[in-house]
Amino acid sequence: MKSKPEAVSIWFFVGVLLAFYGVVITGEGLYHLAVPPERPVVLAWLHADLWWGALLLAAGLFYCYHFAPRKVDRSAENDGA
Amino acid sequence: MPVFPLIAAAAAPAESLFSLGVADLVIIAAYFAMVLAIGLYLKGQTQTGEDFFMAGREMTAWIAGLSFLSANLGSLELMGWAAASYQYGLLAVHWYWIGAIPAMLFLGIVMMPFYYISKTHSVPGYLQLRFGEPSRALAAISFAFMTVLMSGINMYSMALVMKVVLGWDINFSIWVSSLTVAAYVALGGLKSAIFNEVLQFVLIWAGALLIPILGLYEAGGWAGLQARIAEQLGRTDFTHAWSTLGGFQDNPMGVHWTGIVFGLGWVISFGYWTTDFLVVQRVLAAKDLRAAKMAPIIGAAFKMMVPFIVIVPGLLGLALLPDKLVGEAEAVATGGHSYNEVLPLMLARYCGPGLLGLGITALIAGFMAGMAGNVSAFATVWTYDLYRAFIKPDADDAHYVAMGRWCTILGVMASIGTAYLVMEFQSIMDYVQALFSFFIAPLFGTVILGMLWKRATSAGGFWGLLIGTLSSIAMWAWVKLDPSALQYVALSPHAKDMAENLYRGLWSWIICVVVTVAVSLCTRPKPDSELVGLVYGCTSIPSEQDVALWRRPIFWAYAVAIVFVALNLYFW
Repeated sequence: MKSKPEAVSIWFFVGVLLAFYGVVITGEGLYHLAVPPERPVVLAWLHADLWWGALLLAAGLFYCYHFAPRKVDRSAENDGA
Repeated sequence: MPVFPLIAAAAAPAESLFSLGVADLVIIAAYFAMVLAIGLYLKGQTQTGEDFFMAGREMTAWIAGLSFLSANLGSLELMGWAAASYQYGLLAVHWYWIGAIPAMLFLGIVMMPFYYISKTHSVPGYLQLRFGEPSRALAAISFAFMTVLMSGINMYSMALVMKVVLGWDINFSIWVSSLTVAAYVALGGLKSAIFNEVLQFVLIWAGALLIPILGLYEAGGWAGLQARIAEQLGRTDFTHAWSTLGGFQDNPMGVHWTGIVFGLGWVISFGYWTTDFLVVQRVLAAKDLRAAKMAPIIGAAFKMMVPFIVIVPGLLGLALLPDKLVGEAEAVATGGHSYNEVLPLMLARYCGPGLLGLGITALIAGFMAGMAGNVSAFATVWTYDLYRAFIKPDADDAHYVAMGRWCTILGVMASIGTAYLVMEFQSIMDYVQALFSFFIAPLFGTVILGMLWKRATSAGGFWGLLIGTLSSIAMWAWVKLDPSALQYVALSPHAKDMAENLYRGLWSWIICVVVTVAVSLCTRPKPDSELVGLVYGCTSIPSEQDVALWRRPIFWAYAVAIVFVALNLYFW
């Protein structure tokens, strides 16, 4: 039984980039919790970088998992499945 | 348009609004790496002309719909309409709602079957099937000319923003962004452009959505925003969409509701969304007719929400920024900030390191989406409607794919040339907007008559398009030479540039339709057998009776239309 890779979905690429951005932005938010910036932005006390970064990370991981390229069973294809 | 003065800022000293940190630069670099990686990945899947120019016609409704919308979300959209809402208030929202939604729904439900069933590669290609070679040549040449010019303007606007916002060298910005677009479109063709446009669409929202969320929180919601603007300006008309359109002098845009409804809502909007190949090409790549009909409807649903990340930030700037923003010329003279910087200023207000990089990436993504749309459409129209039609008709498929790749690179080079040309002529954006109204409005008249009226003849189509275009140019020149002519072209001496464009488009459409009808009635029509698949009444459109109600495009079109009406009533 042979298998071949499925074409990668655009949503997988979207997931990878969002997850990466989520890690970077959440990391930056955590760092600023420990070391507050000298010139904080307006509404800095809401810590938008923390929750927005976490949101991006969650969305990215979901898309990475849900649209990850999987092996397609060639024999099943030949059977017309 | 309020984005025109962006050009003037080229002469401004390079002062940056932001300084980026390591996290911001990592985010921007990751974006460039990802778009190039997608181009390289898709190169292996792009073998035939159908793959390169039509993305293999295998896109789902969602991907085609988001790409359809994203190709339109270029530099002028994001920065320009945020600036317009600061300058004109909520009136700017008409370019997103009545200036888009009805036309997008009409494209999906009425026009898409003819484009899709005819299996055309382009809008000029449809004109060739319906009206013959002269109409195709006229439409293809004007489209290619307009597209390269618009692409250059988009590129220059982006480079200018990079210069103003980040202090980057303008040459560096132009070359890095344009070569990136050239690389991924030349590698993967339309599929690469579409994939990246979907990616860009997500990033635009991820990067820009925080501004209205945090801004409305700070302002105290929509009611708080209205109250603050009324307090700042001493007037309440900036937060209403329709109530001030009773007279040209009653609103800051100098426009009347007839111009908005008929000029924008009918001619300019329908012309752009249903006949500009830049956007229609994305829908033609859909995998089947149902996906092709659903794509513009999905696009319309998201288009209704775009004002949240474009118009609302402009209004928030009006309500919350401590300094008053001014016109570009005054900003250059005084060292202040202009309307055009309202979106970056709001970004700087709420976004620290990391989020700032994401916001800047959203702006870059918008610019690149607009440019990729122009370049991929240009490559298709040049290769199929000019090169194959008139220069080398008998080459094999591989030759046309190679031509498409070279044409992509040449198109980008031509756009770079245009971008540098724009620097020399500060008012060229005025002329580009005029060009847009010259070609789009009469083209819509020709296409809509061709699709819906089987009596329209080849001669009628050609002469209607030609005379409609020439009449539009003539009206523009008339007002330039004699400004008092404005009262005839735009129906009021108080009309401003925006209103003049709308009424000129309306007149040229009417002239195109009258000429097409008159010439058609004097010439011999094609037999019905030659119009199958091209014209209403001669084409059998697949029935949707067996499809569940919630899966029918018409059901979703009604749903979007109801929301559209409700939004207009709420913000009346």
